[in-house]
Amino acid sequence: MRRLMIGNEAIARGAYEAGVTVATAYPGTPSTEIVSNLAEFKDVYAEWAPNEKVAMEVGIGASIGGARTLVAMKHVGVNVAADPLYTFAYTGVNGGLVFISADDPGMHSSQNEQDNRGYGRFAKVPVIEPSDSQEAKDFTKKAFNISEKFDTPVMLRVTTRLSHSQTLVDEGERDEGGVKDYKKNPAKYVMLPGFARARHSEVEKRMLELKEYSENTELNRIEWGDKRLGIITSGVVYQYVKEVLPDVSILKLGMVNPLPEKLIASFAKEVDKLVIIEELEPVIEEQVKAWGIKVEGKNLFSLLGEYSPEIIEQCLAAESVTSFGLEKEIPARPPLMCPGCPHRGVFYTLNKMKLTVMGDIGCYTLGALAPLNGMDATICMGASIGTALGMEKARGEEFAGKVVAVIGDSTFVHSGITPLIDIVYNQGTSTVMILDNATTAMTGHQEHPATGVTIKNQPTKKLDIEALVRAIGIKNVKVVDPLNLSDLQKALEEELARREPSVIIARRPCALLSKTPADVEYYVDSDLCTGCKMCIKVGCTGIYYLEDEKKAVINTNTCVNCGLCSQVCKFDAIKIVEG
Amino acid sequence: MNGQTKNILIVGVGGQGTLLTSRIIARVAVQLGYDVKVSEIHGMAQRGGSVVSQVRYGEKIYSPIIKKGDADIILAFEKLEAARWLDYLKPGGMVIINNDRVDPLPVMTGKVKYPEDITDKIKGLIEKTFVVDATNLAVACGNVRAANVVLLGLLSTAVDLPGNEVEKAIKQLVPEKAIDVNIAAFREGQKMFTRIV
Repeated sequence: MRRLMIGNEAIARGAYEAGVTVATAYPGTPSTEIVSNLAEFKDVYAEWAPNEKVAMEVGIGASIGGARTLVAMKHVGVNVAADPLYTFAYTGVNGGLVFISADDPGMHSSQNEQDNRGYGRFAKVPVIEPSDSQEAKDFTKKAFNISEKFDTPVMLRVTTRLSHSQTLVDEGERDEGGVKDYKKNPAKYVMLPGFARARHSEVEKRMLELKEYSENTELNRIEWGDKRLGIITSGVVYQYVKEVLPDVSILKLGMVNPLPEKLIASFAKEVDKLVIIEELEPVIEEQVKAWGIKVEGKNLFSLLGEYSPEIIEQCLAAESVTSFGLEKEIPARPPLMCPGCPHRGVFYTLNKMKLTVMGDIGCYTLGALAPLNGMDATICMGASIGTALGMEKARGEEFAGKVVAVIGDSTFVHSGITPLIDIVYNQGTSTVMILDNATTAMTGHQEHPATGVTIKNQPTKKLDIEALVRAIGIKNVKVVDPLNLSDLQKALEEELARREPSVIIARRPCALLSKTPADVEYYVDSDLCTGCKMCIKVGCTGIYYLEDEKKAVINTNTCVNCGLCSQVCKFDAIKIVEG
Repeated sequence: MNGQTKNILIVGVGGQGTLLTSRIIARVAVQLGYDVKVSEIHGMAQRGGSVVSQVRYGEKIYSPIIKKGDADIILAFEKLEAARWLDYLKPGGMVIINNDRVDPLPVMTGKVKYPEDITDKIKGLIEKTFVVDATNLAVACGNVRAANVVLLGLLSTAVDLPGNEVEKAIKQLVPEKAIDVNIAAFREGQKMFTRIV
């Protein structure tokens, strides 16, 4: 059957057809749909792991155990998984293991735009890069063969545009190869220095063999055209090149590590001018230059952001795109918290109390934006708690009475537990808020250990966050409803005043998950409304301001009647409809 | 580029249902035997940010995204978003705008004013600009959330996709109990297009 699939679904399909029996991931845009799609297959064990390091380790165990295994993560997830990855590159596999790095050029939904092709060179693993969904499926299958043939984990590197574009895919049959035998082999799998030295030598031998493979594989191909211009490219950028330069000669790389040196040299010889077009880092360009081949690349193209057909055209032909010039007068439309979002009241209160807030990764990072302005720093998953302790140690206990770490439930499980242990162990006094909305919201509502449900919708043991933080040694644990602003503020005042560490759990499910409408309805009593705009400062699309009448009005299309704005109104003008 | 290729840009605000509209158009194009590519936005922008779906179909499609200045038609679920993406329209292209206003954050907080005259400005620049009230029409059909399917009716008529094929795709892609409302909304959109053009 031939049908449209986003790149991520095609990767899942490819893994299924390759006979994968174990799949694991921590959700992260743009990678999330890979394992959520694999979970749909009955004969695949799929899981949400607490974080990418654990996912990689589960994957390694499954591979050593003989299963074909897929591990998926977003680009920054590979940083978390890097420790097991580098050594797994030494041991190699039993059942093939392919891990997906879904990079995010342009940072559609990420905190940086690191180019993970660099990991391929650094960890010495092959990197495969597809250009559309059909290739995503085909290359995934191929990657499993490479993994087993060369005894190595393989990285399939994709980008947001490939992950979330739908193109046509032909489905195939599943390879029912089954799980391979497991034989104990400490010299291969126990990385003591003595064993690891031998394995390192195997890695270097393997890289030479892979380089030879790269010269001949159909993953890399030349499309001859006009030889005055030769382009070397890969990934979705290949499609942009075909779109705007249909007649030039192209060397399309599907295997970007190790590179086919001879193939590139022979292509370079045939064309008058050679240009490498690669998003983000000059990974290919620097290697080609090191071989003494004359080539252009980042002298023409930016190191920043996502490319597009018009960018290729502009940078190569210096053609400028005409503009109507309207963009300048259009207000920006940044994302914002949903009406009824339980995070809104938290950041409203943190800002009101003028606290220093160390933030984390999730929907609540939006609390940093106006009008809430409730965040001082956000670095990576789990960083809120360690950075809060660092702030305290830099500026003293007095200052600690004004610092709060804010972290979501899924993010806390991901990497918030160890820094909380650090606070207790090293006698910090920080206050940590866990915003427990009972889901991994930003990536599209995935389950996690504290929801008590698996990826396959099976009930499971639910992680008890209160018991966990008490076991770590936190004596002061409070649970509050973030929609009750006075309770929330009182809890913060009490815990910040304490010269001991505290955890406040702000618990209320994500507004998008609540299926039952509120049993009350709010309106603005225009006789009482003074036009002070306090309610507008909560930054909700459920309420707006009429400039002419100088009054606030509820937007009945979007308001979910959470009542937050009525709590901030000093004139009791936002009331419940009687009856 | 292939003269037959159709480039459709669907823009709006996260949560307005642009994804469903683009997926239905894409499915119809597949049913008709075209090569099809669709680009979507997931993740953070879906939380009330500016979102865009791009559908391209024709004999052979390479790029999943439309080149600036190459869109045959822009379908905007919100006025401001039509203006934001206008540079993607090709000369002689068509803009269909739902006369809906969703204030972005800087407007809500009073930092900047919503440009009230934005549709007039677009009309001044683009001859084939059509401003419609899909939201009220959807309410009349029984559900305000079907505004995206009213707009689908306008769009599919504008690009000459056969109505029966579109209805087939709607039935496949919307929940069972919402089919009737959505088919009614779709037909209202078709009629509206014939009325205004």
